[in-house]
Amino acid sequence: MKNLLVVLITGFMLFSTALNAQNFIDNGRVTGSFQFDGQYYIQDDKLGITDSTLDGKLFRMNGFGNIIYTNGNFRAGFRYEAYLPPIAGYNAKYEGHGIPYYFAEYQFKNIQITVGNFYEQFGNGLVLRSYEEWTLGYDNSIRGARVKFQPYKGIMLKGLIGTQRYYWEPYANGNRGIVRGLDAEFYLNEMFSGMADFKTKIIIGGSFVSNYEKVKDKTLVRDTVIYKYNLPSNVAAYAGRLRLIHGGFQFNAEYAYKINNPSAMNNYIYKNGESLLATFSYSRKGLGVSLSGKRIDNMSYKSRSSELGEALDINYLPPLTRPQAYSLATIYPYATQANGEMGIQGQINFTIPKKSKLGGKYGTKIELNYSNIFNIDKQAVADGIPVDSTGTLGYKSDFFSIGQPKYFETFNFVISRKFNSKFKMLLSYVYQVYNQAVLEEGLFVSTPDYPTIYAHIGIADLTYKLTPTKSLRMEIQHLYTDQDKGSTKIKGNWILGLLEFNIAPKWFFTVFDEFNYGNPDKDMQLHYYSVAMAYVQGTSRIALSYGRQREGLLCVGGVCRIVPAANGITLTLSSSF
Amino acid sequence: MKKISMIILALLIGMSVYSQNEEKQGRKLPSINLRTAGGDPFNTADISNDGKPIILSFWALWCKPCIKELSTIADEYIDWQEETGVKLIAVSIDDARSSSNVKPFADGNDWDYEILLDVNGDFKRAMNVNMIPHTFILDGDGNIVWQHTSFSEGGELQLIENVRKVIAGQQIDAH
Repeated sequence: MKNLLVVLITGFMLFSTALNAQNFIDNGRVTGSFQFDGQYYIQDDKLGITDSTLDGKLFRMNGFGNIIYTNGNFRAGFRYEAYLPPIAGYNAKYEGHGIPYYFAEYQFKNIQITVGNFYEQFGNGLVLRSYEEWTLGYDNSIRGARVKFQPYKGIMLKGLIGTQRYYWEPYANGNRGIVRGLDAEFYLNEMFSGMADFKTKIIIGGSFVSNYEKVKDKTLVRDTVIYKYNLPSNVAAYAGRLRLIHGGFQFNAEYAYKINNPSAMNNYIYKNGESLLATFSYSRKGLGVSLSGKRIDNMSYKSRSSELGEALDINYLPPLTRPQAYSLATIYPYATQANGEMGIQGQINFTIPKKSKLGGKYGTKIELNYSNIFNIDKQAVADGIPVDSTGTLGYKSDFFSIGQPKYFETFNFVISRKFNSKFKMLLSYVYQVYNQAVLEEGLFVSTPDYPTIYAHIGIADLTYKLTPTKSLRMEIQHLYTDQDKGSTKIKGNWILGLLEFNIAPKWFFTVFDEFNYGNPDKDMQLHYYSVAMAYVQGTSRIALSYGRQREGLLCVGGVCRIVPAANGITLTLSSSF
Repeated sequence: MKKISMIILALLIGMSVYSQNEEKQGRKLPSINLRTAGGDPFNTADISNDGKPIILSFWALWCKPCIKELSTIADEYIDWQEETGVKLIAVSIDDARSSSNVKPFADGNDWDYEILLDVNGDFKRAMNVNMIPHTFILDGDGNIVWQHTSFSEGGELQLIENVRKVIAGQQIDAH
């Protein structure tokens, strides 16, 4: 790591001499940000947190510092990360510290060159997306080189090559693949002057990605015969996309294809993969409608074929479900099933106009959202060979047939209204059908231990302004479910109460309690209580909380983050400049 | 190991204090290629408002306080525009999961903001945005003069007060 720093600093210095040292300092600008998340853990037998699980690691921290230097068309930067040791819920492979991300970038007229680490997305990401989410502990940045080139107005070309981040493990020959990619996008109305005045705008694009991985020997014994897998060293994927815009209408579709890619994720089957994502939307002032559909068939694409964890993804398969912001609605979350799923989503947002009978003085906002997701149809490739058998083509699938079982279904209704200058209210109802066997255990047959869960959630969020800058906010949420009984993985009914007192724009005080009163195991009818406060000064924020945390998305003190189950004291410091 | 990390963190804190005092010197927006919610390619260096101030707000559909902030401002926005000529640009960091719902959501909620889609976080990273809501004020020349994270009821009063100060050419407290 030290060598990297030396290289980086030498690079800066060389560049500065070339450019004229005075300019480098005078015209340059340094910006950055940092964050420190520290947790002190307290034993909690009920949550399963004991001396042995804590392993003496009573205090844990995640932190990063990000520095970006900009001077005209030149940018360079690095990110220092420390996990000493990582906070509960983050991958233990993160333990350590160093500089996993550094880059230099130069824009020369219509060409931009990046060397070092970069984040990139082709189209919707179906064949390539590198990104990071600090709160999720996810980072698959590519280290290598990238060129972006605009040869003519309306045309954007991108090319890249590199290897992906795998925690702190350095790239060495063969321990992961080398990713190469090309992408082109054409905005026809800008390219052709004759189309400039067309009411319909057309954007088309295409991508090609290839992963080279050193082939390793892998064998399989069946009926005492030893078979050797013939694994591909280059796995290619390509995609085409279209975007049409006409007034308030938008249509966006992308189709992706991947050649056979036997991997630990798909049980080493040789079937090709494909994916289709299409969205249609219409909106005007006061009304918005969107409809989307997708089909994913064997589309896990990683730069190491033996990887089973969440790392080294080359592509991104978005879940088509509404992102939930209220705590109890995040207990049963949906995650994309890369080996096969098909689903639809529809959403309507509208405003009942202000000063109407129903709309009230300020108007009333309504949202309806529905999504339904199933397995794809999977038929045996030949008699006597079960679906998904390793070393075979896996299965045959009819593109338009819906498979079984159902994975997830949700309906959401939200109504929000401001009654007067002091009082606001939001009410919401969420219905969720959650296939616990598939989504938590990867089991495709329902068992009594993992029943399909039908949950009904009611939410009320009330805000009352005491003075122009002092306000009280109260949340009441309830989750009802009948099915979640009889196994050890069950939780039953929940109720949540939250009270927040805010003095804008600096102070936040929160108390809340999530009570799992419906847990059939009396010992597990726990209160997840918490008290928290935050102080904000510009972009600097200090937050301190004490209590129990249930795993899920937590929103306190004006921001949201995903947290694991814990009991203890949490301190967060963050700032950017 | 801990020592090194503490030293680096201390340095960063120091730099942040130093740098926030420097905010006045005129830091411009970086040049990042995004899309507008309407679907057109857009470069962030082209953000302008005819010499009037701009509010730049990073948000997402999954962020309650962000939506609360933008809804609160929406009720006042016409008055703000008449008084100060300010323009609010709402940068959604929703990814491919929900980015196609952003425009229907904003229109359905009757918002008058210009909306940009930062689907892979390129603009977010270049602006050092870690937690949202994160709001910036730009003066008439496009310099970043103030920034703030988080929102609660009444936070909008400080925001418009700072916009008024920008127009009057007054100093804004760094925070």
